[in-house]
Amino acid sequence: MSSTGQTTSQQISPTDAADPVDHAAIDDSITSRQEMTGLQAMIRTQPFWVMMAIIAIGIVMMFVSDVFMTERNMYNVSRNFAFFGIMALGMGAVICTGGIDLSVGSLMGLTGIVAGLVMQAGYGIELGFIACIGSAALVGLINGVLIAYVRLAPFVVTLGSLAMARSIAMVISNNKMVYEFGPDQDLFEWIGGQSVLGIPNPVWVLAILTIVFWLVWRYTIWGRWVIAIGGNAKAAKLAGIPVERVVVSVYMLSASMAGLAAFLMVGWFGSVTNALGLTYELNVIAATVIGGANLMGGVVYAFGAPIGAALMELIRNSLLLAGIDALWQQFFVGLFLVLAVLLEQVRNRGRVD
Amino acid sequence: MSLLELSRVTKSFGAIHALQGVDLRIAAGEAVGLMGDNGAGKSTLMKIIAGNFPPTSGAIRIEGKDVHFHRPIDARHHGIEIVYQDLALCDNLTAAGNVFLGRELKKSVGPFKILDYKAMYQRAGELFGELKSETRPRDLVKQMSGGQRQAVAIARTRLSDPKLVLMDEPTAAISVRQVKEVLALIKRMKDTGHAVILVSHRMPDVFDVCDRVAVLRRGTKVADRRIKDTSPEEVTGLITGAIEHAL
Repeated sequence: MSSTGQTTSQQISPTDAADPVDHAAIDDSITSRQEMTGLQAMIRTQPFWVMMAIIAIGIVMMFVSDVFMTERNMYNVSRNFAFFGIMALGMGAVICTGGIDLSVGSLMGLTGIVAGLVMQAGYGIELGFIACIGSAALVGLINGVLIAYVRLAPFVVTLGSLAMARSIAMVISNNKMVYEFGPDQDLFEWIGGQSVLGIPNPVWVLAILTIVFWLVWRYTIWGRWVIAIGGNAKAAKLAGIPVERVVVSVYMLSASMAGLAAFLMVGWFGSVTNALGLTYELNVIAATVIGGANLMGGVVYAFGAPIGAALMELIRNSLLLAGIDALWQQFFVGLFLVLAVLLEQVRNRGRVD
Repeated sequence: MSLLELSRVTKSFGAIHALQGVDLRIAAGEAVGLMGDNGAGKSTLMKIIAGNFPPTSGAIRIEGKDVHFHRPIDARHHGIEIVYQDLALCDNLTAAGNVFLGRELKKSVGPFKILDYKAMYQRAGELFGELKSETRPRDLVKQMSGGQRQAVAIARTRLSDPKLVLMDEPTAAISVRQVKEVLALIKRMKDTGHAVILVSHRMPDVFDVCDRVAVLRRGTKVADRRIKDTSPEEVTGLITGAIEHAL
């Protein structure tokens, strides 16, 4: 999001107390306030501080573990968080409108199975991809219509799809694993599981999408409208923005990102069961919030998605390498989630008023 | 010829008659205060002019032509802009972002159409300048005073160069100093030939900027006086019903 800034809390227009208005003072205060530089604007964002935390953890880990900085470990860490980062990009859009999408984990299961079954039946990877993203977008469309037009609560609607999508995945897979992916099996497994220039393909996908999303949030009308809806849906409606259609599109986008993550993940695993993505929705939401999204809506950072996802994976990896009992993992992920929200609160308190 | 003319406008919600045969005329460059107690029908009349819903019966004419509004956008197409009481601004956007909300300026970059921030900041700056407001286009609305927020909401109505601006309680929730700013904004709109309907509970505001005052009581217009021919005492009497009629 374009973060805008104001450096002082001093208002230009004096309030009631100041009877004869001191225009010279006002002019001074106007001229003394300069446009913020790009760096200043960046320092004010949540993703920046989370990035600092990542670097701090990274420095500590370099001393704690010899393995941490190895190419192999970095490769694994980055690949592991890429899937969550991709979904967090879509989740960011949903949360920006003040909604939530709990169905992304189940959607991975459903769309992974759909892609697997289509390719197992002998169709090429193109059709597998289209079926994967198409089925995701369809569920997103249903979610969106129920939320935007029927006005049901996003939490309830997507909780319903969470259950239904997983169930349909079980039904159509007949509870069996799919590991034959037809004529394009090699290509499919390469896309999800291999690397280009030493960087895992899912990480490339995440990097490209992050830039695309950044451009979308900053420069497109659609992005602007999503942010406006999150700020004040009623105002957006009165301004003539097709609020319902934009909200539907946001849920379709989030679902499609889950489909894309599933497509890559199944390729990496080389097999898919209907349990793919089980409970991932919580990690995705956590990553999105750590990346600076505000559940009240109106705030979105494209770079928050990969950064939030990276922090979570880093915590997991660090605990593992530091030899701390794996049972502590969830504790620290939860701790950072709360700390991230706290950080945002504190920063906002300093800025408003 | 009046800019806006309402004739015999009624509105019923089931058994409740919110408006009963209201006539109202307003000319270009004129400011009319619309007053009345809660439930007198002010909001209903506002919403009819704004296009939120059509009247049950009666006619709306703009520059002599019959018009029918079904949605707020219809009213906007006919040159009516509304400044809502809660201002309907997005706190998380800049002043310029709010001014251009829903009508963003675009420029072409290759095959893409992208937001033209520079043009929007510039145009918004010009609009604030015309309003003699110190509001700065790049500031977040979240950080603004009530007066500045009003300036944003008013600047927004000027984008389309409307014929009539409808203002709902623009001075209700702001400080004394800011009230002066807002009233100055209204005078500026009159000077530029815009008609203004000011819905307000505040007698001094109406007497300061309006040319006429129309009083509603229980769905009927009980008075339509030129400001110089009436007094705050008389208007108060008309609002409360202590004085029956003064047409």
